[in-house]
This record gives sequence, structure tokens and C-alpha cells, in this order.
Amino acid sequence: MERFSLDAAHLLAGGMVLVSFMMLYQNRILGLLNVFAAHAVVLALSVAWQAYVQSAPHLFVTAAIALILKAIIIPVALHHMVLRLGVHRDIETVGGIGPTMLMGIGLVALSMVVMLPAAAEADPIAREDLALALSVILLGLLMMVTRQNAISQIVGFMSLENGLVLAATGARGMPLVVEISVAFSVLVAFIVIGVFLFRIRERFDTIDTQALDDFREGRE
Amino acid sequence: MPIAAALLSVAGLAGVAVVAPILTARRLTSATPVVYGASLVFTSVLLVSGLLGLLGGSAFQGVLHLPVGLPWTGAHFALDPLSAAFLVIVNFGAVVASIYAIGYGAHEEEPGRVLPFYPAFLAGMNLVVLSADAFGFLVAWEFMSLSSWALVMAHHHEAENRRAGFVYLLMASFGTLMLLLAFGLLAGPDGDYAFSAIRTAEHVPWIAGLVLVLMLLGAGSKAGLVPLHVWLPLAHPAAPSHVSALMSGVMTKVAIYGFIRVVFDLVSEPAWWWAVIVLILGAGSAVLGVLHAVLQRDLKRLLAYSTVENVGIVFIGLGLGLAFKTNDMAGAAALAVTASIFHAFNHSLFKSLLFFGAGNVLTGAGERDIEKLGGLVHRMPETAYLFLGGCLAISALPPLNGFVSEWLILQAILLSPDLPQWALRFLVPASGAMLALAAALAAACFVRAFGITFLSRPRSPTAETAQEVGRWQIRAMYVLFGVCLVAGIFPGPFLDALSPVSQLLVGGAMPKQPIVPHFSIIPISESRSSYSGFLVFFFILMASWAAIRVIHNFASRAVRRAPPWDCGFPDASPATQYTADSFAQPIRRVFGPLAFRAKISQTLPPPGDMAPARLNLTLRDLVWEFVYAPIEGAVLYAAERLNILQFLTIRSYLSLVFAALVLLLVLVATWA
Repeated sequence: MERFSLDAAHLLAGGMVLVSFMMLYQNRILGLLNVFAAHAVVLALSVAWQAYVQSAPHLFVTAAIALILKAIIIPVALHHMVLRLGVHRDIETVGGIGPTMLMGIGLVALSMVVMLPAAAEADPIAREDLALALSVILLGLLMMVTRQNAISQIVGFMSLENGLVLAATGARGMPLVVEISVAFSVLVAFIVIGVFLFRIRERFDTIDTQALDDFREGRE
Repeated sequence: MPIAAALLSVAGLAGVAVVAPILTARRLTSATPVVYGASLVFTSVLLVSGLLGLLGGSAFQGVLHLPVGLPWTGAHFALDPLSAAFLVIVNFGAVVASIYAIGYGAHEEEPGRVLPFYPAFLAGMNLVVLSADAFGFLVAWEFMSLSSWALVMAHHHEAENRRAGFVYLLMASFGTLMLLLAFGLLAGPDGDYAFSAIRTAEHVPWIAGLVLVLMLLGAGSKAGLVPLHVWLPLAHPAAPSHVSALMSGVMTKVAIYGFIRVVFDLVSEPAWWWAVIVLILGAGSAVLGVLHAVLQRDLKRLLAYSTVENVGIVFIGLGLGLAFKTNDMAGAAALAVTASIFHAFNHSLFKSLLFFGAGNVLTGAGERDIEKLGGLVHRMPETAYLFLGGCLAISALPPLNGFVSEWLILQAILLSPDLPQWALRFLVPASGAMLALAAALAAACFVRAFGITFLSRPRSPTAETAQEVGRWQIRAMYVLFGVCLVAGIFPGPFLDALSPVSQLLVGGAMPKQPIVPHFSIIPISESRSSYSGFLVFFFILMASWAAIRVIHNFASRAVRRAPPWDCGFPDASPATQYTADSFAQPIRRVFGPLAFRAKISQTLPPPGDMAPARLNLTLRDLVWEFVYAPIEGAVLYAAERLNILQFLTIRSYLSLVFAALVLLLVLVATWA
């Protein structure tokens, strides 16, 4: 049973890393939103499994929050937003899928090399969970860096936050209050960003952040 | 327990600093005497504690561990012979400066800019000396720097003072950074920052060498070693005169204390080549400092440059001490170190005396430019004679104290043939020659300073109407001159008092100085050399008395009638007199081309033009041009290049953050 619970936890956390990779090469926005929903579902499953293994009932609440908020409400809202903005047919140049994927692989390797010796004393579930969570965080950051579309950047940010939740549950979970407040702050961030998206489009007729940079005469 | 009393007094000074703004905010005229009087009381207690710690032996010394400052480590304080000796130097200067300031402070236009910082500055200096762990030392050091910066900025309406403050702040932060690195190296990766732990730790030779270099940069920049002295002649004159006296006479000594504490006490094993660096820097500072001083027209700046010279002399002595210490010549090392610390003490006396004199001239005649002074000996006789006494002392003329300490350093230099290293055998006599050169130039410098300021006829209307200053200022100067005279005539007890210090630093002491015969001092042994300031003083008095008697008794008193001689000045205008620049001209001719790239160009108006012919002299500060200008250029260039970072896109910023994170993770992965 011990062995099985460990393997299942790895499978779910590894699944998150895999879904993160899938997000990296989605160049259609609606596809990206679907993959993001899948990411949140895997997160919810992973957290629920941790709650079961650690017999920590409050983690079920976390899993529920992840499922409802991130797998349903936010993707659906984003979906509506994209449709209203009329950018669902846009194809985003990701800057070469091959190099991006290679960088992602390098980041996963790096987080393994860093985390496994650093958390050598922690119990195996927490250790490997931490390594995989760091991979998810780095992949989320990579996505924010490589995308130009504001919605893709939001999705990158949200997936980064998923990685944080995964790390927290691996390390025996964080207090429920913290968990809930983090969830709500994500929601608030989502709302604020959504408002800003419409404002930006109103002004610039696009949500390509390059336009903003052009406006303030930024340089690459 | 003197150390507890000392710390309580420091707390008292800090308290005065807190209360002072309240007093000044109410515009009480009594604020000035109250603040300086309280500072006087507290520094007197500190002076007594220092004297007890120095003279009373181990019964009055000790360590104290207080649970303040960093959690879990607390703050360590210690009173050992070295800190006691410097406590005496610091607080004697502070006591006299406080007496002086009771009178001088009344002339201050904005007392609220000086009063709160003065006691804080004193507290900072005392804490540096008393601290016995690196953290407390650095905090106190920085406190001292910042409070003295505030005093430098007291008259910030003048652009020159603002520039001085900026340069000072820059150099002070640089110095503290160097000290921070030095203590970090001393404590090691998992070290204890208490001095007692650092003292017992073993230091690898290259780390110890690096610590020496960092200390020379950190403490040397505060003390004013060339080429780190650039802030000193700007900042010291900018402060009010009693603070100038403290900064020049006392704060440089605190820096010297820091250097001695680390290099002689904390580092485990010095190497002989350290002496080479210290000697070269000391000799260079001595000569360059006094060369600058000779050419200055601003009286206070002249004194500040002379401080650079005297710090150089102290460092020559310390270099000698290092050279002898590494070769296990304890007696010679004790002589060199004792002479150095004695010179530091002497310099604190006569430099304070001279700055007080300059302050009197500033308040009495309203002028610092000596080309606009003159004839003050008639209007301000007491200031003039006391200033003359200070000039004699700093010029190292017997029977005053400056001669004793410089003579002792020269005696130590004469022991250099016993050193085994050829480099030192050549270098030490060379630095002795530089020391002699510096002493001679200092004499010329102060003949000029005194002669142009106080003798001849007034060169400006303000000098003509100068007023003698109040009693407090004069009293403080009498005290200083009295101690100068006593330390010059009876130096024996002073040297004996320093023997525990040299015992602590180099493991040896000078021979006990005898009272008989004639209060002479013996550096090594009686057969080699001895000096009796008392006899010299006695002979000077006898010779003067005899000369006066001869003139009075044998000269003719008959009245003669003759046409008056105009002393070679047919034109009565004061502008026809000898000027400060003309006095300095021979020295400028000799050293100017080498040290300052001096160039003289003349512009002659064409025939028929009524414009005057002009002689333009340009002096270049080579240290500024070759050390600081390139650094300034590099900083500006880097700032220009990095300016682009202000205008990146959001995505580029994110990429930078991402890259930094990945880089750090790679570092962790490869090092862990």
C-alpha cells in the first residue's frame, strides 16, 4: 500500500508536469484554455490523493477549491472573455515549439537536480512532489516569458499557482485559512486582470502586450 | 567597574543627543551651554574610566556582555589597555572640545544643526573603542560616520560643503564596506564575531593578507591615508571648528585604533611584507600631505592636510612595529608601537589646539583665507601665542611633545639594520628620510601659517577689526598647550603608561623610564641614546633669560635721533607685504612639477592694452586624476549602459527574473 500510494502520487504529479508541457505548445487560445482546465483537474486529483494518503481531510477542501475554481469557473470565464474579445481565431506564434520544449525539459532536469539532494531528509512523497512542483512552477514562468498574448500570460500565471499549491500539499499542506485566502486572491487577480484586459483592448484594439510596449517606447 | 561607567556615560551622551533637539526647538539660549556642559561631564567620566583602565592594571579592565543588539549574540564590550589608551585620547580631545564649544557654540547661527549630532558623534567614537565584537564595532563605526557627516553638513547652504558631505558619505560607506568584508574574512564561514573568538582562530596567510589590505582601505580611508584622503581636506574644514578639531584630532585616531586592533591584535600571524605596504603608504601620506598643506591658503584646509601628514607618520611607526614584530624583535617593536600611539595622542593635542586657533580666527576676524589675514597678534594676542605654541609642537621642535614622538620613531628607524629582510633594510631608512623631509616641510608650513596669519600688517578690513574671542575658547586652548608642554618635558610617565598596550600588541615593552637623572627618556638602552625634554626646556629658559639680561644690562639706553627707516616698504599698502603664496613658492618650485604637475603660464597684454599682465599657476591633484577620475568615469559609463534596463518590455523583465531564478538554481545545483 505504501509503495502504491507513492507511485500514484508520482503519477498524478508527473501528470501535471506533462500537462504543463502540453500547454507550452498550444498555439490556439481555446485549446490552451482546455489544457489549462485539464491541468487544474489533475491538480485536484493529486491534492485529493494526498488528502487520502495523509488522511488530512482539510486537503479535500483544497482539492474542491481547485476543481471548482480553476477547472470550471476560471476556464469558463476565460472562454467567454476570449469569445467576447473575438480573439479565439488568433494563432499565436510561440517562438518555435522545439526550442521551447527543449528549454522545458532542461528546467525539469534542473529542478530534479536541485530539489532531490536539497530535500533528501524529507519523506519520499514530499521530496518528489516538491521536485515536480518546482518543475511546474518553472514551466509556468517559461510560458509567461515566451507568450505575448495577455490571456496566455494569465494562463501561465495560473499554472504557476497550481504548482505552488502542489508543493504546499506535498509538504503536509498549508493551513486552510492560507489556502482559502490564496484561492480568493487568485480569483481577485483574475477579475482584476479580466477588467484590465477589456480596458486594454478598448484603448489599443488588441490584447497583444507588444502594443503596450510600443506605446511606452519599450525596447526588447 | 570603569567599563560599566563608560557605557553608562555613552548612554548619557546618546540621551543628550535625544534631548538636544527638544531644547533647540524651544529656541532656548541656554541650549548650547547645557548640551556642551553635559557632553563635558560625560566625556570626563569616560576619560577617567580610560585612565583607570590604562593605569590601574587588570583590576579596572574587563569585559561586559549585554543582551542588546543582535538577538542571541548580544553585544560584547571590553576595556583592555589598547581600548583604554584610545579612550583617553578620544575623551581628552572631547573634553577640551566641549569646553571650547561652550564659548564657540554661541557664534553658531543654526545651533539646531550642530547640537543634536555633537554628543551622538562623541558616543559613536567611544562605542567604536569599547566594542568587542565585529557587529557592534561596525554599527558604532557607521554611527560615528553618519553623525559626523551630519556635522559636516551643518552649513549646507554653501555648495562647497554639500560637495564635501557627498564625497565624505561616499568614502565612509566604501570604508565601512571594506571593514565589513575584513571582519567577514576574519570570522570565517561559521565564525563567531566576538573579538575573543576571532583572536583565538587560526587565519590562513592569504586571508590574513587580504584582511590587511581591506583594513588599509577601510580604516585607512577614515584615517586619511593617501590615496584615500580626498574627502578629508574637504570635510574636516566644512564642519564647525570644534567639530573639525574632533574629526581631525580624534576621529582619525579612532580609525587608527581600528587598524591596530585588527592588524596587531586580532589577526593571528602577520607577515613581514605587510610592513612594506604600511611603510610605503605611511611615508607617501606624510610627504604628500604636508606638500599639499604648504600650498593651502585656507587655514582649516591647511590643518586638514597636515592631519594627513601626521597620520602618515603614525602609520610609519605602525609599519615599523609590524616589521619588528614579525622578526621577533619585541623591544624594537614596542618602541615603534609606543611611539606611534604617543604620536597619535600628541597629534590629537596640537591639532585640536590649532583648529581651535583657526576657529578663533574665524570668529574673531571672520576669514579663513590667510591671504586676507595678518597682524592678528596685536588684535588677538592670546590666540596668537597659543597658536604659536601649537605650531611649535606640530613642527616637532623641542621641548614640546611633537618632537618626542617623532624622535622616538626615528630611534626605531635606526634599529632597522638588525632586520633580516633586505627589502625592509632598504625601505625603513628611506621612510625615515621621508619622515625627516615631512618634518622639515611641516616646519616651513607652520612658519608660513603663523607668520602670514598673525604677523605683518592686516591685509583686509576684517582682519584690521578682529576681536579677541571669549574666555572659554582661550581656556580650552591653555589646557591643550599645557598638556603639550608637560608631555614634551616629562614624556617618561606617558611612555610608561603605554607599556601595557605594547605588551598586548607586540609582547614586549619599552624599558621603564627613570625619573632621575633629569627626567630623560631612554628608547632602548642608556648607552645608545637618551633625551631629556626637561634639560632642553631648562637650557632654553636659561639662555633666553641670559640673553634678556645681557641686552638689558649692557645695551646702551642713550636716546638716538635718526631718520626713520621704512623697513624697505616705501609703499604703505598691505598688499606689498610678503604673501602666503610667495612664501610657499620655493617649495612649489622644487616639488610642484613632480607632485602637482605645476605649470605657470603668463599672459601679457599687447602693447597699448591697459589690461594687467597675469601669471597663471595651475596645480593638478594627481591622486584625483589618476585614481578617482577613472573610477568616476567607469561608474558613469556603467550607469549609461545600464540605463537601458529602465525601458525594457514587461516580457523582458519577466525573462530577466526567470533567467536570474534559473541561474540561482543552477548555482545551487552545482555547489550543493
